[in-house]
Amino acid sequence: MEFLQPPGWREALEARAAHPDALPIWGGTDVMVELNFARTRPAALLDLTHVPELSRWESEDGGVRIGAGVTYTRLIAELGDRLPGLAMASRTVGSPQIRNRGTIGGNLGSSSPAGDALPPLYAAGASVEVASVRGARRIPIDEFIVGPKRNVLGEDELIAGVFVPVRDDAAQQFAKVGTRNAMVIAVCSFAVDVSEGRVGTCIGSAGPTPIRAREAEAFAASAAPEDAAAREFGELVAAAASPIDDVRGTAAYRRHALSVLARRTITWAWETRCA
Amino acid sequence: MRLTCVVNGEPREIDGVWEGESLLYVLRERMQLPGSKNACEQGECGSCSVYLDDVLVCSCLVAAGQVEGRTVTTVEGLAPTEDELHPIQAAFVEAGAVQCGFCTPGLIVATHDLLARNPSPSDAEIREALAGNLCRCTGYEKILDAVRSAAEA
Repeated sequence: MEFLQPPGWREALEARAAHPDALPIWGGTDVMVELNFARTRPAALLDLTHVPELSRWESEDGGVRIGAGVTYTRLIAELGDRLPGLAMASRTVGSPQIRNRGTIGGNLGSSSPAGDALPPLYAAGASVEVASVRGARRIPIDEFIVGPKRNVLGEDELIAGVFVPVRDDAAQQFAKVGTRNAMVIAVCSFAVDVSEGRVGTCIGSAGPTPIRAREAEAFAASAAPEDAAAREFGELVAAAASPIDDVRGTAAYRRHALSVLARRTITWAWETRCA
Repeated sequence: MRLTCVVNGEPREIDGVWEGESLLYVLRERMQLPGSKNACEQGECGSCSVYLDDVLVCSCLVAAGQVEGRTVTTVEGLAPTEDELHPIQAAFVEAGAVQCGFCTPGLIVATHDLLARNPSPSDAEIREALAGNLCRCTGYEKILDAVRSAAEA
């Protein structure tokens, strides 16, 4: 197995173009599990931990651009004020050891419907920046992930980062159901992002991809912030989910839990905005 | 590949390393440092916790090639001398926080990281910091006692 360790972004894109079968790795929290259990033997590993460009984030017009190599620990410490929903979701990832290594780019690349960082990104209307030696492009996140662990990344492309819109006076919330508070894959999760005239949502771990609950969004954007509206919102979110029965929970439980999470999180968000 | 790194303050050079093997494997099988334990190999149990350049990580999730030129500190590297215990290790012994002992090295390193960041953690902060370290012998009460006592020391 080849081990490619480019020192910068240009070199990383060239290595990717020359080795389309290389498996990119940063924190290893998904990739190394596959290697340790001999589930995959890639022709090459493309280690991106030495690419300084990936570990940066910066404010951009209308939002924040986060490099793919920013870890959950850093998202919590450095971006909690601007992106509270993403920080809340990041706090629920694994353990300190996992949050110190796992990155937002890895969550995007793995494209699991249970990826904890994904619902707040969907709810905010984020776009994924991918690049190759041919150039860079930004793809709306709900067009980037197309199925369970499937995305539209080209074979010569790498995930450069993600652009997350930041809206004035937005209230964001995230909630997740699992069997304990740490080290748990979501049974289901929900993110909501409420700003003036706009409500963004996303259901996690209850469908082949994270899912925006569009009807619920339209309803909440014009609803008065009252208990009955929060309940109606919860029901619309549950109806938008597409859950299955699996080892972590039944479809019926997920749908019920989502209605509760949605009702609670929209209530919290409304309270924040009214305060 | 040849792997060059610094482990517990000593420069090390190891030949014949497979790039895709884990840092945990390198430590245990190639460097005779068995303190970091191998249990789950998927980042779930924390038994293999080490510092990689001062960051607490599961060594089973770090590819050997990623350690090139880096600094690693394992549980073996915490005590000041061969004959002494680190105060955190002493606190675990004193509190009876060790039963079979398999999870202990990982808990010691994770506690070391916690107290370096936060010398007086609340119980909730201790629980959150140690949430990635599993003990299957018993409850966590004695472990919490040990961390509280190490924090006061």
